[in-house]
This record gives sequence, structure tokens and C-alpha cells, in this order.
Amino acid sequence: MSATRVQFISPRTLRLLSPGRSALFLPGCGGPHRGGGVPGFRSLTSPPLSSSSSPGRALSSLSTTRRALPKTKMSDNGTMSRGKVLTIDNMNPTVKKVEYAVRGPIVQRAVELEKELSEGMKKPFAEVIRANIGDAQAMGQQPITFFRQVLALCSYPDLLSDSTFPEDAKSRACRILNSCGGNSMGAYSASQGIGSVRQDVARFIERRDGGVPCNPDNIYLTTGASDGIVTMLKLLVCGEGATRTGVMISIPQYPLYSAALADLSAVQINYYLNEEKCWSLDISELQRALDEARLHCNPRALCIINPGNPTGQVQSRECIEDVIRFAAKERLFLMADEIMFTPNIRHCVPYSQVYQDNVYAEGCQFHSFKKVLFEMGPEYSETVELASFHSTSKCYMGECGFRGGYMEIINMDDDVKDQLTKLFSVRLCSPVPGQALMDLVERTTTLSALAEKAKLTEQVLNTVEGIRCNPVQGAMYSFPCITIPERAIQEAKKLGQQPDMFYCMKMLEETGICLVPGSGFGQREGTYHFRMTILPPKDKLKILLNNVKEFHQRFTQQYS
Amino acid sequence: MGASSTSERLTTALQEISSNVRNMKQMEYFVLCRRTNQIKEELRQGVRKSYREVIDVSWGDPHRAGVKPLSFVRQVLAACLYPQLMDGDKLMGDVKERAQRLLRTCAGGSVGSYSDIAGIPQIVQSVSEYIVRRDGGVPCHPKNIYITPGSQWALTNILKVLVNSEASPRTGVLIPVPCHSTTIISLTALGAVAVPYYLREERSWALEVEELQRALESAKGVCNPVALYIINPGNPAGYVQSRKCMQEVIRFAAEKKLFLLADEVYQDCVYGKESEFVSYKRVLAEIGAPLSDTVELASFHTASKGLMGECGLRAGYVELVNLDPAVMKYIHKLFSTNTCPVLGQIALDVMVNPPQPGDPSYPLYLKETQHIRASLAENVRRVEEVINSIPSFSCQSLEGGAFAFPRVFLQPKAIERAKEAGLQPDTFYCMRLLEEAGVLFSPGTEYGQKEGTYHIRFCIMTPTDTMEEILKRLSTFHKQFMKEFS
Repeated sequence: MSATRVQFISPRTLRLLSPGRSALFLPGCGGPHRGGGVPGFRSLTSPPLSSSSSPGRALSSLSTTRRALPKTKMSDNGTMSRGKVLTIDNMNPTVKKVEYAVRGPIVQRAVELEKELSEGMKKPFAEVIRANIGDAQAMGQQPITFFRQVLALCSYPDLLSDSTFPEDAKSRACRILNSCGGNSMGAYSASQGIGSVRQDVARFIERRDGGVPCNPDNIYLTTGASDGIVTMLKLLVCGEGATRTGVMISIPQYPLYSAALADLSAVQINYYLNEEKCWSLDISELQRALDEARLHCNPRALCIINPGNPTGQVQSRECIEDVIRFAAKERLFLMADEIMFTPNIRHCVPYSQVYQDNVYAEGCQFHSFKKVLFEMGPEYSETVELASFHSTSKCYMGECGFRGGYMEIINMDDDVKDQLTKLFSVRLCSPVPGQALMDLVERTTTLSALAEKAKLTEQVLNTVEGIRCNPVQGAMYSFPCITIPERAIQEAKKLGQQPDMFYCMKMLEETGICLVPGSGFGQREGTYHFRMTILPPKDKLKILLNNVKEFHQRFTQQYS
Repeated sequence: MGASSTSERLTTALQEISSNVRNMKQMEYFVLCRRTNQIKEELRQGVRKSYREVIDVSWGDPHRAGVKPLSFVRQVLAACLYPQLMDGDKLMGDVKERAQRLLRTCAGGSVGSYSDIAGIPQIVQSVSEYIVRRDGGVPCHPKNIYITPGSQWALTNILKVLVNSEASPRTGVLIPVPCHSTTIISLTALGAVAVPYYLREERSWALEVEELQRALESAKGVCNPVALYIINPGNPAGYVQSRKCMQEVIRFAAEKKLFLLADEVYQDCVYGKESEFVSYKRVLAEIGAPLSDTVELASFHTASKGLMGECGLRAGYVELVNLDPAVMKYIHKLFSTNTCPVLGQIALDVMVNPPQPGDPSYPLYLKETQHIRASLAENVRRVEEVINSIPSFSCQSLEGGAFAFPRVFLQPKAIERAKEAGLQPDTFYCMRLLEEAGVLFSPGTEYGQKEGTYHIRFCIMTPTDTMEEILKRLSTFHKQFMKEFS
């Protein structure tokens, strides 16, 4: 593929281009005409549609981007004479494939409904409940005072002389500010992130992993976790045709992965989690998916989401070891998405108590891939390449709005690491307040109520005929399987919708509850799901679950 | 090679990487950065140098260069972060009012919640009202605005929509030379061809339409140019385009069917006596139909620059004009994969809606902004005066932006020595300046320059005493450097 090398045309190169060659130049695929191209096209440029040049009219029609515009005219020889430069036909085709269900049409409709409600329109519900996204603070979780004190001090250092702020918050703020350019959070940081924050994160990881060493140079502070995941994928994806990079992702998956892979034209390799066994991961399924994929692409990476999103399972240590052995054997780069992890073990303990009588041999203790990797000895710990991802958004912190996150890389080739750093430099740096927040990761809180809410969700939903819900072991979502009557499926098909999209849209219209349909995450054919966050306060959650229950019963009745 | 010694076993999964990534230019600036960090460490350990600290003016980063953040911005941020602050009397009434109003727009009343895809609707609305005021009444629809984690993110993603990664010939984008380096790298990463058009240095870096014409011709047979990227006010060169020039550019874009990308992040930094910032959107609207209805334009702005200089918060926006609604749908999807940090959005709100006369915070705000403006004006005067008095330096008059980009005439011996060191001549110059004078500039080679010319770029948004120190160190160093290679 030498022809696709990127170049920066230098004047010297240009002189070498003969006029004969440029005569052969053809407009790019789909691009109707370029002024610089075939001279004949130039004469086609835009006879004015209207002779009026009244500035008033011009002004009024400017900025109507989203309003429908007059259809483009076709000229005699079939080329558009007044078409847009950027059209649906000539835009980057990979962008068209990007789908992001978590913020898809359901959410857009929810926004509209909120607006309609605020304008006084009558609805069968008083408010829209955004149960589609794991946004703890939007659901009423209070921010941790210490975090906010530190950030307030960093924002406005004059407060350092305020005696109402505790000393530890002040000293932490000073430490962060001292490592910011010009002692300001408003300065760019190094694109890898603030040095002292990376050191603190490294120490936090060491504690989390029972002393497994962590080098701050291997930490990258990112804009949420997505920045790290997307950048890593960007680095990985190469090759064409049968050598095009394939990336293994779980189904169901978090749609960020499918969106990024579509965007990069990489091959998405699906492996299915086993719903019957509480969304567990089977190595035989990984092997099946990999073997099939090898026939048409070059699988290079394996993505694991643990704790699961949307599925909420926590992987056992044994399973993680198997995955690592598999990656080593098949020479796959491991991407461990651990953003749903809460460093506070207490959050998890109630689960093992809750489920101690359950059939699962092990509780749901979280193990990081890195820790397991290092405990498997040098054969693995010195070879298997791993990137793990975390963010400030989820469980323990719930600070989604700061877009903080980090990524740790293990065993990466030094040369590749340079390329990675370069790639990060394009976005300059991640938001500094988010980095500062990352510095505070080890100060955690209990979300003890979460375990209770998980249990409540499972219990209530499992009382509904046609809803089957696995226990939520970690994370903050429930992903129940729903039975949709055949008539509803037909109805959805008529509308060109996925059956669970149809279901969720109806639920939103009738109850104001905003969920994400399972089709946005991927699911076994013929099965339907929705993802619902379990974050709302308990009393609210009860009402929410009850409404879901009633809706489901109504829906089933209506379509059976 | 890899960190591990068991290299036989370690045929790493990740050695072959994306060629687009591989082809991204490794900035020479990184070499300078690495050395800067070493020098800082040496100074910490007590190694004696002719300077006690490194002055880093290689970025367009006012706070790093010593400019103080605006109190009103930071007070509002602190109040939003820690609303208990509003209970006491430490903060002015208008600060509290603003913070309360903004918190009400956040889900759950917290800056820790996700915002809508395009940004918090009320802040998007404020931005659109600001644009209308700025453009003398030209309408602006909030639906055409996306608030993003920095303007560069918005630019990269609009480019992503424009650059057809599967097309042959590849997509081309006309870019100015000099051009700030991040955009060039973004283009490379997308697999696009950067088609350079050269600004005329002798004429204060003027953009000439004949040169655009030449550049477009040069793309024939190489790529399919779809967009024209403009930086106004300039970066790295400190020009501000005239209305007449912009009209010509718009007509050119219309005739040649180019999508206009207007990088206008330095719109609040204009200080040339004859200069005035006019937005591309406004000029387009004033040209009238049919151009005002047809020319597709994306205009970028940010909270990182200007008087506020909040780079670290990562907030910017793009306004999209005359785009095909069908394309907008996909842009919306693409932009939904990332949202702007809420604190950044709050800073943007203050930027487009600063304290007004009569507000309790206004006197301090006025004092602070006047101080920044006065320092900048003084720095501009001193830079022009001092740089142009140094032999073998020439600096075009500075009209806007945050940088000076003077040309330095290097002697053949110095160029020879640079080659031996494996560095571009101006990188070599910057490296020596760093070593010997403790000042970090960035070399012109990062931005593109006419062959055989060399430049240096440095940020002029600093306190005035810092700028005096920089100029002093530069003058002393330069004399020695010239002597050494004469």
C-alpha cells in the first residue's frame, strides 16, 4: 500500500508533476467536481439561483444548516452544479458507520420530551428519567466533598488562605498546582499528563495490586477512558484486505468499541458472553471467534470489559488467567477496560455476602488484569502486552463531567510507545481538572447502597414474566433479557426499527424512562435486552422498577 | 526494541502500526522538550548555569508564561465545584448568581454530570448570542454550534468527516505555510494530503489569492482538494487578515468548491493599530447571496486563548454554516463520542458573557483584562523594537495572535553544524538558545517555511518583565552565536 503514504507536497515535488499527468486526474470517488481538477468543470460553477443580493435575505438564510435546503440541481452533463462541497456521498464513508447507541435516537427523543414537558405539554409522566447512562451525580449522588474542595482550591488559589478549608485539601491542592505550568490549572500539561499526578496514580495502582510495581512513565492521563481506548485502537489498526487488523470485542459490548472500529475501518470480531452463566467469558468461544476471523483478517487485539458493561459481571481470577494465556498463545494485544472498577473493596464485599450461597464458586472480588498478569510469572508478565483503562466517571467517583481518565501500558515496544505519545500530542492534553481529580483516586467512598440496589433490581425484574435478569456483580448497570411478542416484532420491522429499540421508544413515550436498547450493544440473534442504570436513589429506583414492570406487562398484553 | 530481554519469545503483537500514525511527523520540538526537562532537573540539583530558571514560551499558553487567570472565571469555577462557598460572603453577588445559574443547567445540579452532546444547551445559547453580537447582528442558530473538548478536537473531527479515507486520489486540504503544527499532524493521521499555500512574509504574511490558485494547481494529479484551512489571526505568524482579503478567499472557495475551515481562536488577540478582527462568517454574510447561502464554513473558537487563556480546561466550539443537513446528522453522531468537560463549558460561558459595567465583579475584571492588554501591547512594541535591532533578525509587524515569528538569518557554518548534529538549522538554534540562555522557543521548521528560510516562534502573552528577560537573554545569546559561526 505504498500509494497511500501520506505526504506533504513540497514545491519540489510539484515541479516534477507533468501537465500530462494532471490531465489524467479524475475527480475522487463520489466527489462530483473539484475546481482544481478537469478544467471543463470550472465553467459549471454556480449560476446564481437568485439575483437578489439583499443582505437581509442573505443573512436570514445563513446558518440554516439543519433546515432543509433546496435540492441540488443537475447540470446538462450530469454533474451537480450547485451541490455542496461536503455531501452524504463524498463524506468520509467510515464516519457514516459510526453508531453510538448510548447517545442515540432514544436520548435525542428524551431531550425533546424534556423540552416539551418544560413548555407545559401534557404527558403521561411528570419527568424524564435518564436511566440510560451511568451518570451518578445526575442521579442525585452527592460529590465527595474532599475532591471538590481540592478542585475549588486549585481553581481559585486565593482560597488557600481560607481557614474553613481543611489542611489536607490545601496541601493536596498546592502539590497539584506546583506541578502545573505557571501554577495554573489553566495551562496545558504535557500531553501524557501532569508528572506528579502520574506518580500518584502509579502509587495508587501499586497499592491496588498488592505491591506489583508501576512505572509512572507507563501512565497516560486521558480525556475520559474513551480517549485512551480510541487512541490505542488507532495505533493498532493497519493492513488492508485479509491483513486488515481485527479486534475482538465481547457481545454485548460497550458501543464505543464498535463505533471506534467502524471509524477506523478495522474488522470487528465478536465473541459472545454466556448469558446463561451470568455473562461469563468462555475461552472456547474466544477460540471459535478467533479461528473464524483468521480466515479474513489479522486479529491483533482482544478487548475485555471487566466489570462488564452493559452486562455487570465481574470476572473470576481463573477466567482472567485463561484469557491471559490465550492472548499469549495467540499473540494478541490485550485491552482491559476496567473503568467500572471501584477501588473500594467494601463496595464489592456485600455482593459476595449476597451471593455467598449462590452456585458461583467465587465471589465477585475484582482482580486487575495487570495484577494477575504479574502473578503468573515472567513467562507472561514480561511478554504479554496490555493496556488497561480507567476513568473518574464511574462508580466511586461519579465525576463524569470532568472527563478524567488514565491508561496504563505494559510490555509495549519502546518504539511503539513513542508513536503512542506522539498520537496523544495531537489533542494537546487532557482536561487538567480531570487530571487533578485522578490524583485523588485513592480517596474513595463507599457506595454501599449500590449492592442493595443491585439486589433490588434483580429481584423486582425477575418477578416480571418475560423479563430475566442476571445478578449484577459489579458496575452499575442491569442488562435484563426481555421477551418481545411476535406482533411487536412485526410492528417494529414495519417501522424499520430493532424490536428492542421499538420497545424502549414506547417505554420512553409512555413512562418517561430512558433506557438503551440491547441492539446498541449487540446480542445473540433473536434475544432482546435493555440496559438500565441502577444508580437512582433507592426510593426512586423502586418506583422506576415498578414502572418498568407495569410497562412491560402492558406492552406484552397489547401485542399478544 | 522492547523493554524485555526475552526478545525471541517477544515478537510483540504490536510492532506494525498504522502507517498513518507512523507517518505523523515526530515534532523536533520534542527533542527540545526532553532537553528542557533535563535542564530543569539539573538546575534543581544545583548544576550551575548562566540562568536560574528556564523560561518556556514555546506554547501559546499564557498561564504557563506567567499571566494570571481572571479572578471572575476562577471564582465562578470554584463556586460551581464547591457550592458551599456560596454560603459565606467570600464571593461577590454576581459570582454566586452566575454559579447558581450555571449549576441549574447541569444535570443533578452538579458539574460532575455528563452534559448533552453539543454542550449544555443554555451555554450553547449564550455562545450563539455572543456570535450574533460579535458579527453585528448576523444570525446564528444554536443548533449549528458544538462545544467540544478544545477547538483542536472539533477541527480534527470536522477534518475526519471531510477526508475520505477510502478515496483515490486522496483528499487534499489547503493549508497555510507557516501553519501551526497540530493541524498538519492531524491531517497526516487521517491520511489526507496537506497542500501548502505560502503566505507572503515580506508583506506581513499576506494571503494572496494567486498563491491559492498556484497551490490548487499543484494538487492536480496528486490529490482531490476539498477544503481550505485559514488561520486568522495567525499562528505562528502574527497577521490579521483584512476584510478585502477575506472576501477574495471566500470567492475563491466558492469558485473552486472548497469547504472553508476558519481557525479563529485568536480573535480576541488583536493589537495592530490598523487591524480589526472580522469573522469569516460575518464577511460571508455580508457578501450576500448566493455565496452566503452556499459556501460551507466551519469556524473554530476556544476558551484557551485570548484574555482568559484557560488551555488546561479544554473547551472550544465550532460553528457550522451552510452544511448539508444530511451531513450534519453524521457530524452529530461523530461528536457524540466525546463531550466537553463541564468546567471548560463554564469558562466558555464566562468568556462569551463577561461581567458588565455595574456588576460587583466588573472593576476587578476590568483591571485584570486591561493589565493583560497593556502588557501585551508593551510586549509587542518591545519585541518589534528589540528583534528588529538585532542584526540578522527580521520581524514583521505584529498585528494579532499570541506569537512572534521572526526570521533569523543563519550563517552557512551554523547550518553546517546543525546538519552534523542531525537537526534542522532552526532547531539547532533553539537548542543552543535553550542550553545557553535557558529560553525555550519552538523552531520554524515545525510550521513549514520557505526553503532556505529559518524562523523561531515564541509566545508574547507574558508579563512584561518576563518578556524583557527573554529579549535580554536572546540578544546576548544571539551575539555569541553569530560570533561563533562567523
